[in-house]
Amino acid sequence: MRKYYDEITRIAGNVVSITATGVGYDELAVITSARGTSLAQVIRLEGDQVSLQIFAGTQGVSTGDRVRFLGRPMQVPFSDDLLGRVFDGSGKPRDDRPDVEAKMVEIGSPAVNPIKRRRPDFMIDTGIPMIDIFNSLVESQKLPIFSVAGEPYNELLARVGLQAKADVILLGGMGLRHDDYLKFRDTFEKGGVLGRTIMFIHTAADPIVECLLVPDLCLAVGESYALQGKRVLCLLTDMTAFSDSLKEIAITMEQIPSNRGYPGDLYTQLARRYEKAVDFDGAGSMTLLACVTMPGDDVTHPVPDNTGYITEGQFYLRNGRIEPFGSLSRLKQQVNGKTRDDHRAIMDGCLQLYANCRETREKRDMGFEMSDWDRKLLHYGDLFESQIMDLSVNIPLFEALDRCWDILAECFEPVETGIRRAIVEKHWPKEMTREEKEAEAATV
Amino acid sequence: MKYKTYKNYYYRGIIVNGKIVAVFGNMVVAEAAGEVVQNSVGYCCRDDGAKLLSEIIRVRGRNVDLQVFEETRGLKIGDDVEFETDMLSVSLGPGLLGQIFDGLQNPLPQLAEQEGFFLNPGKYIPGLDQEKTWDFTPAVKAGDTVGAGDKLATVPEGIFQHEIMAPFTLQGQYTVKDIAKQGAYKVSDKIATLADSEGREREVTMRQDWPVKRALAICKRRLMPTEPLSTRVRIIDSMFPIVRGGTYCIPGPFGAGKTVLQQITSRHAEVDVVIVAACGERAGEVVETIREFPELTDPRTGKSLMERTIIICNTSAMPVAAREASVYTAVTLAEYYRQMGLDVLMLADSTSRWAQAMREVSGRLEEIPGEEAFPAYLESRIAGFYERAGAIELNDGRVASVTIGGTVSPAGGNFEEPVTQGTLKVVGAFHGLSRARSDARRYPAIDPLDSWSKYTGIIEPTKADRAKTVLKRGNEVKQMMTVVGEEGTPIDDFAVMLKAELFDNCYLQQNAFDEVDGATPPDRQKFVFDKILEILDTDFDFETKEQARKIMFEAQDILRTWNYEAADTDEYKTSVEKLDKFIAAKGRE
Ligand SMILES: Nc1ncnc2c1ncn2[C@@H]1O[C@H](COP(=O)(O)OP(=O)(O)OP(=O)(O)O)[C@@H](O)[C@H]1O
Ligand SMILES: [Mg+2]
Repeated sequence: MRKYYDEITRIAGNVVSITATGVGYDELAVITSARGTSLAQVIRLEGDQVSLQIFAGTQGVSTGDRVRFLGRPMQVPFSDDLLGRVFDGSGKPRDDRPDVEAKMVEIGSPAVNPIKRRRPDFMIDTGIPMIDIFNSLVESQKLPIFSVAGEPYNELLARVGLQAKADVILLGGMGLRHDDYLKFRDTFEKGGVLGRTIMFIHTAADPIVECLLVPDLCLAVGESYALQGKRVLCLLTDMTAFSDSLKEIAITMEQIPSNRGYPGDLYTQLARRYEKAVDFDGAGSMTLLACVTMPGDDVTHPVPDNTGYITEGQFYLRNGRIEPFGSLSRLKQQVNGKTRDDHRAIMDGCLQLYANCRETREKRDMGFEMSDWDRKLLHYGDLFESQIMDLSVNIPLFEALDRCWDILAECFEPVETGIRRAIVEKHWPKEMTREEKEAEAATV
Repeated sequence: MKYKTYKNYYYRGIIVNGKIVAVFGNMVVAEAAGEVVQNSVGYCCRDDGAKLLSEIIRVRGRNVDLQVFEETRGLKIGDDVEFETDMLSVSLGPGLLGQIFDGLQNPLPQLAEQEGFFLNPGKYIPGLDQEKTWDFTPAVKAGDTVGAGDKLATVPEGIFQHEIMAPFTLQGQYTVKDIAKQGAYKVSDKIATLADSEGREREVTMRQDWPVKRALAICKRRLMPTEPLSTRVRIIDSMFPIVRGGTYCIPGPFGAGKTVLQQITSRHAEVDVVIVAACGERAGEVVETIREFPELTDPRTGKSLMERTIIICNTSAMPVAAREASVYTAVTLAEYYRQMGLDVLMLADSTSRWAQAMREVSGRLEEIPGEEAFPAYLESRIAGFYERAGAIELNDGRVASVTIGGTVSPAGGNFEEPVTQGTLKVVGAFHGLSRARSDARRYPAIDPLDSWSKYTGIIEPTKADRAKTVLKRGNEVKQMMTVVGEEGTPIDDFAVMLKAELFDNCYLQQNAFDEVDGATPPDRQKFVFDKILEILDTDFDFETKEQARKIMFEAQDILRTWNYEAADTDEYKTSVEKLDKFIAAKGRE
């Protein structure tokens, strides 16, 4: 029998202090109030004063409420029964189905010994040419999507989830709108991957503290699967909401903020989560894709800024497209030399031409006269945007490469592409016109 | 009584007990039952038996503040604390080279063998292999007099004769009472007995411990660092040089190329030993080094690069307090090899993470914060750290050095922040990376207009200045051209702009991933630099801009091709001839 404590001495923000003894740091507790029960976590011990962060918030908590300590840190059940289920940020089912009875794993495991990490070298096919060709996603990579409210970043995440061929998909929603949650569920259901998806969802209406636990719950389950040899894909949206909850708790705890109200350990807090992305030497892997909305579309805002210092590159999602400039997969060179011999050449060549096209557009907009070359570039830019950059384009890598060649051939002479001659000779579309090709494709 | 505690060696000091009275993050307050020593280590004893290494960072009455080098999860009020009198220290001796340690000198490969995938709290392994034996050759005989740091013996360690030195803590002269015979010994075996003038004896082993936060520099005098240190990165060696015993920093926004630049430097730098401190950055980057270095050969020794390298790795997911310690661990190891007469380069990536670790601790101590919540002593700590670099003349007359290069990761990429500014005040060279250059893929993205070095390198300063002037003027012309267009630019200005572009494209930029272009030895740099200077100094008498562009493009083409040609090939010679002809004819056929 565990003891109850009822001498609450302070209630502020989401934190309650209580007089208690024999409590471990980081331990979990249950607080029972008129409004029901909530989990709580020990965040400070000082003499006989224990500070608890209340997951459901302190609204309605009375000084007469009772607290029971569980003698263990936060845990999450781990078994295949989790597949297809939806939980909230305290690990309780939110799909009207019963609790999962299973072995429990602790959240926030220690760091992986770097010696036990592999050098990642498997490419993840997403069917999105802007990723597959230009910034290949690599298994075990940690990569954020930098975007702003209103952009289809959640759709992008869902698509990667659908197409990545992961063994297990974890979706962590933080501050998610309920509609968006339903959309994710529908997409995964239609795409037939719901059965290998586990969701931990905190919506904007839920208590803020529960938001804090979402990444840890996802990553703990993901890591357990990875240790079993599974290839895990973890999708987190939106890490800015997570950081904002950190900020709120830090302010309640009267910590001195370092930058725009965010605590000085924001980098460490984010890194501890992102670094869970791993390719175990001798087990599976976990890839981590996160959404980071940039307040005021400002990359130097502390959240995207700290994220950029942690992750292995970033995708900028602007105007419904993955922006080719600024986006970077730092691991792409580990994989894009082994796909097809023209992959790197197309990657560099097409981007160079597209950059030139943008310059030409600027010139055009300033009223300069357009040369023949300029017109070629403009034509190329339009084709490239509609047939490659558009997010609705969904084709495998090789087909995307072929399509790039077709576009090049439609716009340019081989020498104008700047691509090495040997590669051009091998891949330049043969005399066939586009119509002939389509006709041929139709007959197959 | 012997305790098997700190660093798993038998500890003979007195243990003072205490009890935990508060826990907050990685800070523990304990009440001590006796005397404690500031900055000495202690253990917080979790009730499941794990002992978590900690360091005393403040004492107030009987209350002792400890920073714990592990997650504090599970610690309780009333748990035992054991205070020792030893400072946080590293073990020095043979067997350090080629190792991969965490910030507290636990060897990671051995930990992986013992613990598996994770770095579990409270698991420590001695930094030096206790069982391995070393081929010992004495260098002194009974009756000789020695002082602190004097050579007693040598053992071969990979590429070097590792010197076994008299304890660095000796005061005054000692007489060698006995010294072990040639043979195989373990690091903790007694190898000598020394006696002071009063006859008090002291036993010596091959291993000695040194507190990481105290500089180790036993020498006749400190020297002015002047000897250029080649990194084989052209923009550094030729334009913003570093020297043996000097300091430099690399600030830059995320993704600008700080880590890649340090990786290149750790491979090619012309020094004896390289210590890499991965401080609070990505684990994946360390893995790259760990997996690549053993495969790469060091052209100077013909052995694997790993044999001259030590990696100290405290990545961002590892406990924060140990991150603070890791840079000190690294610099202490560097100083140790300097005592053997070697030139050591220590690279820290990133010093901002180290500063942030200080900020976290300071916040928990509720100290009055300075700018951006960094502690008021931030600048003096940064200065103290870089002060540990230096060229010294050892007592036996040899010259040795520790060079320190640190990256800085300024918030928002803005250099007007405390860590960058504090660093710029104390270092000898500044390699500022710019977002504009990295976006334009002009690697290495060191901004040639912003960066500076107080040192003199392999290129005469007057020559380097001439090149800098061209860059500066070229940049001004380019700015102006955005307003007046190409038509409104005088042809002479236009030519300067093209020359600046040529110098930038063909000399300052370098392809890190090409075997030849990626590393240019000093002699070749001098040779190429002179050739380029000739081009910059030539008045080409261009008639039209079209012609100017065409001719300078051709020069670029020749130079770029040349950059990729290995020194002793026919192609190389042809390129030089082609270039000479080009200059003589001012680009006209
Ligand atoms: N010299 C170079 N040559 C070619 N590519 C480079 C070079 N330097 C950097 N890059 C590219 O830029 C990417 C980021 O570089 P790097 O990891 O060194 O950045 P960083 O400044 O250390 O960033 P962070 O602060 O986030 O750690 C690399 O993955 C690589 O693609
Ligand atoms: Mg880096």
